[in-house]
Amino acid sequence: MSSVFIDARNLLCPMPVIRTQDRVAGLQPGELVEVLCTDPGVVYDIPAWCRMRGHEVCNIEEQEYEITITIRVGDKG
Amino acid sequence: MPKQRKAVALISGGLDSMLAARVIQDQGVTVEGVNFFTGFCVEGHTHAIREKKRAKPKRNNALWVAEQLGIKLHIVDVIEEYKDIVLNPRHGYGANLNPCLDCKVFMVKKAMELKVNAEFMDQHGFDFIITGEVVGQRPKSQRKQTMPLIAKESGANDLLLRPLCAKLLPETLPERKGWVDRQALYGFHGRNRTPQIELARELGIEDWSQPAGGCCFLTDISYSTKLADMWQSRGTRAYELDDIMLLKVGRHLRPRPNFKIIVGREEGENRFMEGYRKRFTHMISSSHTGPLVLLDGEDINRDDLALAARLTARFGQGRDAGLVTVEVHDKGVMQNMEVVPMPTEQIPADWYL
Repeated sequence: MSSVFIDARNLLCPMPVIRTQDRVAGLQPGELVEVLCTDPGVVYDIPAWCRMRGHEVCNIEEQEYEITITIRVGDKG
Repeated sequence: MPKQRKAVALISGGLDSMLAARVIQDQGVTVEGVNFFTGFCVEGHTHAIREKKRAKPKRNNALWVAEQLGIKLHIVDVIEEYKDIVLNPRHGYGANLNPCLDCKVFMVKKAMELKVNAEFMDQHGFDFIITGEVVGQRPKSQRKQTMPLIAKESGANDLLLRPLCAKLLPETLPERKGWVDRQALYGFHGRNRTPQIELARELGIEDWSQPAGGCCFLTDISYSTKLADMWQSRGTRAYELDDIMLLKVGRHLRPRPNFKIIVGREEGENRFMEGYRKRFTHMISSSHTGPLVLLDGEDINRDDLALAARLTARFGQGRDAGLVTVEVHDKGVMQNMEVVPMPTEQIPADWYL
């Protein structure tokens, strides 16, 4: 399964959520998406968005000021 | 069996839109939320440029509200389209650069466009729109006279239902058709928030966001002053997203007509501003701890740089030192400047925007 990468660095919420939402809309269930962000708010906002849209947050990795969130696209989008 | 009716709710993240959605949900209507991101939303700025260790929750309130209500939320980027609303409001501005009435018309109109969006509401559209508007709550946009104007100019007409003040307004289609019970709607009016707070408690809602000054930075005098200054200094009324984001960050001082400085006030702001270093001449004290400072302007000469360096030194830990070394990055070249920090009393008050 290929992984889709979204560079949302230096974007402030809700822009990382919007970028993720718009990209995920064209993907198939099961596909993986990696979102690279710098806004610390994404650790709350992207998981909240995933919960309401039926996507799974597989991993959140924080390194210094960069955060990578890996999402598996659900089928309820 | 009657058809399951669907509504789209404009969700700002505040209490009123949350209550409006909940009241309609409680009448058995399927509700989905939409939040339009204009670039000026308090939501997107105040909570976003934030100190990492701050204890306050860093949530996006529109998402949080939707999750509390158990509804789907669609966040829509309207930054480009919204420029025309900010720059050319047909109904003019409020107390500051807030085009509230045009904004409301625009948002309801955008919600109407979703009616034909195949991906929205499980590809079946929706029957009506709800907002958390309350008659008399906002001096510009939420008046009894503006309510029908918004409905008409947006094209929503009688598909636009305001559950919190519906009893004060003419019946809408969802009420006439019996999709919702008008008797179970409300007649709130005015700026008093007590009825909303009481309703929230009645519905078991105990937590909600209360952004000071509303949901839009354009209602803020300090923000509007900086935006007007930017337009005046550039000689044109235009903006990009980066411009309006930076207006929210740091202290802004205009020591000379051709440039201003943006001084980071805390770690979160400094880090955010680092993303703009390549675009702007910038400086930072290297001999003492101090903020990152961006210079926004044109024809910045050596004299301007020296003045900005003295101000940079003033806002750092070396403010009382005899000399401060400031690292200046201008046009791809780095140089160190030894400067005397500018005494606070020598900074004219009108430099501060």
